[in-house]
Amino acid sequence: MNDRSRDIGEFVPQPDDDMIVCRCEEITKGEIRRAVHDGMFTLTEIRRYLRTGMGLCQGQTCTKLVKAIVSRELGVRPNELEPATGRAPMRPIEMKILAKDKEDA
Amino acid sequence: MNSDVLIIGSGIIGCAAAYNLAKKGVKVTVIEASSNIGNGGSVRNGGGVRQSGRDPRELPLVMYAIKNIWPNLSEMLDTNVEYHQQGNLRLGSTERHKQILDGLTERAVKCGLDVRMIDGKEAREINPYLSDAVTCASWCPTDGHANPLTATMGYYKMARRLGAHFISDEKIVELRKHKGAVRQAVAASGNVYEADRIILAAGFESRAIANTVGIDVPMQPVLLETLVTEAVPPMFWQMLGTADADFYGHQTDHGSFVFGLNSGLEPYAKPGKPVSSSIAASAACRGIMHYFPSLEGIKVVRTWAGWMDSCADHVPVISKVDECPGLILACGFTGHGFGISPAVGLVLSQLACDEETAVDLSALRYDRFAAK
Repeated sequence: MNDRSRDIGEFVPQPDDDMIVCRCEEITKGEIRRAVHDGMFTLTEIRRYLRTGMGLCQGQTCTKLVKAIVSRELGVRPNELEPATGRAPMRPIEMKILAKDKEDA
Repeated sequence: MNSDVLIIGSGIIGCAAAYNLAKKGVKVTVIEASSNIGNGGSVRNGGGVRQSGRDPRELPLVMYAIKNIWPNLSEMLDTNVEYHQQGNLRLGSTERHKQILDGLTERAVKCGLDVRMIDGKEAREINPYLSDAVTCASWCPTDGHANPLTATMGYYKMARRLGAHFISDEKIVELRKHKGAVRQAVAASGNVYEADRIILAAGFESRAIANTVGIDVPMQPVLLETLVTEAVPPMFWQMLGTADADFYGHQTDHGSFVFGLNSGLEPYAKPGKPVSSSIAASAACRGIMHYFPSLEGIKVVRTWAGWMDSCADHVPVISKVDECPGLILACGFTGHGFGISPAVGLVLSQLACDEETAVDLSALRYDRFAAK
């Protein structure tokens, strides 16, 4: 069980909170840290709440960085955080291409 | 662990009920089986906040929510839920489509809803991106859409701030009665949670839990599938649907388009973890391009799937249970629970506190399923 009311300490501002971590969606380190203090304890919740890793690169750049920030904030090891799910398509694909899954389409 | 009210399931229904209860000062605990808050249909749906096309039995809930809650929800939750109230266009291109839309419109007008049939020309005046294939549409100007992810997480965040206690990774497997009333929920871990009232809002999995106290709600998991595109400059803000229901969706604040898909095979999806099928996104792209040719070059970046709790008569059970004092059912939302969720959270808090509900729920009772 994961108790969402457990004490993880106060949010303490840091000098590099304005640093952009997810470049596609322009999400900063400070936004991610604040989200953890608002109860977003998993990488999946962070992305649902903030859109980290949900842009064109689908987290290929920022996944590790977000994981490191969230684990530090929670005081757990990064490998204790379950990775968020990757999904199809592998690369962004135009509708007119995706639509042609049949010969006569 | 003891609370006044225990909520099983942290979807938007459970989180909204927790928020309303915590605001009243009620001691509330929410138990979630998965590792993530709001892991079912709440974060996987197309974001419609619509009245048109709804069953008359749940129409009062959504009308209440649109009038009283949705417009202020972002402020209430300190979270941008991206609510837009710019109307719903349900599109058709054939005579058969027109008959379907005429029927839906007629039923909605009888319920007092401002919805009407328009022709292709008027539809294109409302949305200039529509193709000439569109020959008819129903138009409900007070419908809209919102962001299901931020709305769900926003309710969670605010309920938690107000003191609601959330526990995830804890699967409830059994309810137990004490002196005739449902008082305990037992987890697979062996932990036992006690409360005066237990709200069961665990999606399709509510059925097995309710069965442990002899109550059954006839519902099945049915797949829902969704895609999201890259962000493009704002084009239009209406919620879209079609007479065939082959796709529905809208453009978001972010600029991306979110489209719900429908291949027709959803009730027969493989059980277990919900996964996107290989055919639905492609089929939906063909449908979308038929009505919106200018979207053909826009890139799909992600697809996902989830289970909805499809009830036998396609409307939810929101009800106390005569045989089980203390138990309140909130399940069977059948894929259209998001738009009504703010009102459902409110009425659940009222049911749990034995207050009169803001909306009459008598058509949504648990004992309405009778043999023919």
